[in-house]
Amino acid sequence: MAKKSFRQAINEALAQEMRRDPRVILMGEDVAGGQGAPGEDDAWGGPLGVTKGLMPEFGRERILDTPITESGFIGAAIGAAATGLRPVAELMFVDFMGVCFDQIFNQAAKFRYMFGGKAVTPVVIRTMFGAGFRAASQHSQCLYPIFTHIPGLKVAIPSSAYEAKGLLIQAIRDDDPVIFFEHKMLYDDTDDVPDEPYTIPFGEANLTREGGDVTIVALGRMVKVANEAADALARQRVACTVIDPRTTSPMDFDTILESVEETGRLVVVDEAHPRCNMAADISARVAQDAFKALKAPIRMVTPPHVPVPFSPALEDAYIPSAARVIEAVRAVTA
Amino acid sequence: MSDAIKPIGMPKWGLAMTEGKVNAWLVEEGATITEGDEILEIETSKITNVFESPVTGTLRRKVASEGETLPVGALLGVVADASVSDAELDAFVEQTRQAQAEAAAEAPPPEPVLTEAEGWTVRNLRMGPEEGVPLVLIHGFGGDLLSWQFNQPDLAADRPVVALDLPGHGGSSKSVTGGDVAWLAAQVRSALAALGIGRAHLAGQSLGGAVALQMALDEPDRIASVSLVCPSGLGREINMDYIGGFIAADRRREMKATVEALFVDPAFVSRDMVDDLLKYKRLDGVLAALRTIADAVFAGGQQAQVFTDRLATMKPPVQVIWGEADRIIPAAHAQAVPTRHVLPGTGHMVHIERPAEVNRLIAEFAAAADR
Repeated sequence: MAKKSFRQAINEALAQEMRRDPRVILMGEDVAGGQGAPGEDDAWGGPLGVTKGLMPEFGRERILDTPITESGFIGAAIGAAATGLRPVAELMFVDFMGVCFDQIFNQAAKFRYMFGGKAVTPVVIRTMFGAGFRAASQHSQCLYPIFTHIPGLKVAIPSSAYEAKGLLIQAIRDDDPVIFFEHKMLYDDTDDVPDEPYTIPFGEANLTREGGDVTIVALGRMVKVANEAADALARQRVACTVIDPRTTSPMDFDTILESVEETGRLVVVDEAHPRCNMAADISARVAQDAFKALKAPIRMVTPPHVPVPFSPALEDAYIPSAARVIEAVRAVTA
Repeated sequence: MSDAIKPIGMPKWGLAMTEGKVNAWLVEEGATITEGDEILEIETSKITNVFESPVTGTLRRKVASEGETLPVGALLGVVADASVSDAELDAFVEQTRQAQAEAAAEAPPPEPVLTEAEGWTVRNLRMGPEEGVPLVLIHGFGGDLLSWQFNQPDLAADRPVVALDLPGHGGSSKSVTGGDVAWLAAQVRSALAALGIGRAHLAGQSLGGAVALQMALDEPDRIASVSLVCPSGLGREINMDYIGGFIAADRRREMKATVEALFVDPAFVSRDMVDDLLKYKRLDGVLAALRTIADAVFAGGQQAQVFTDRLATMKPPVQVIWGEADRIIPAAHAQAVPTRHVLPGTGHMVHIERPAEVNRLIAEFAAAADR
């Protein structure tokens, strides 16, 4: 099977869905920009070139450049979805999402409910998140807990190239609004990715490691960190299961609870700010439903409750590391 | 070459591993190491793990450097006692590296390829010599050519061996317009034509067995022998809970529980196996293909095509190999075939559960038919 990068996997998912379904369109800043520059037929394909190559194939009718006005084009995408298209909007950094909360929270998320199931809003909002990019506190957050909080939205967080393609195709075919989180630090990671289109169902966790001593739950880039910790711990005869929920809404609590019933120990790794994040959410659910199985207190590995620092040294210290995951596993197995 | 020199090669962890990256040496050159000592940290696409020394002695040379990615079997280091001179050691390392480089250049490990047959694309994997009547391996419902991974390399010692993916399966095209046994046999025939195979031995497992029997009936002169492994086509009964369960399973838990019925020992069902099956089933078109085939070959909850009354007059020789504890198709169906081997303590995947024995039976049967 061909090795493809996370970036290529997303590009391929978009291209294949646009070929399959003429209702799929792309909107975003610079997705069409740059075209026509000297010696350049293609567009830039967004700030990190994820959609490069789509412009020459699908043209300006379906690849729409937008002004730097998130509140405008996210609203337009939601409106287009409500009236029959299947737009994929690219909102550069999730940190900018605040200016379009009404369109997302009060409009897109509510249509199906408020119109008695007669309206669907098949919009996908792709957005970059996460620290490590030296992009400072306004471009580095992990705001998925905020979207997970809202009924009516679905939230997907791929952790590898294989996951990215399957989850994005599922998102495009889904009739509900999906916020699709792409970690900036994963774009060059490669994985075996089938050439054919495929889908990964929402609400089904993936197990990337299996072991009977401790359950580690992690999302996005933290899945890599958790795997690294689990491999190091395996060499010290501590066997960990690593669970990647893949989507936080819907959330596969069953797989987590089942695993905790088996291991009795839970470590949740979350790159989002520690208050009201997924680690808190998952921990609360396990404390409520699997309390009797727990042999040790649950440990949450998160950044501190501060904005993402701009200083590289501080930013590196801010992001949860494999060493901190190992320390947490040590604490619950002590 | 002196026996005092013990090479250490890149290990093969799991079926998918073709290469590994040397992350770190955990011992120094000159150290005395004992079999089982942790000597290297190796990273694969699936896992990072320590490699335990397969030999005991003094580590005289670290051949692989940290950060280097090397194929399975590549020389990583050399253990030798003091009687071996440095010059001998260097010569050994040089020779081994050169031989491995030449072997790699000459015979790259076989990879499945896509071949355009009439009306479909067939993924197939060829191993073994050019000469000889080829053996064609046909997998069962929901399987693919990799289900023969413990058989094909062994069998390819004697003759060319081609494993293929049926339509709707593995990496072959997913469009299934017919789906019954006769249609599947016609597709395999077109694949063999595209692959330039005139006459062939066939080995078919489960549904692949019925396909092989149909091919033997359709063109008896082109089929040299038929080895059936837990085949359909020899009786009506079929475990429809399994078929339905396999089609319905879209989660790890269900899939694992379903495919455990294939084996006597559920430990054969690894996380990788379940993951690979789910990845296959998520490809566009697969569910429709599986449903179309199941509806055609297991219509009304039983096997639609039974060949027992035609076995006596069938021209190619036929043998059957069955796992006595098969929970998908009862091993009692083996009674229909005079040349039969029912292996105790094995299930529907007897070719995976007991590969050495199954390989010997298939190889001997094909060799006898060639004489």
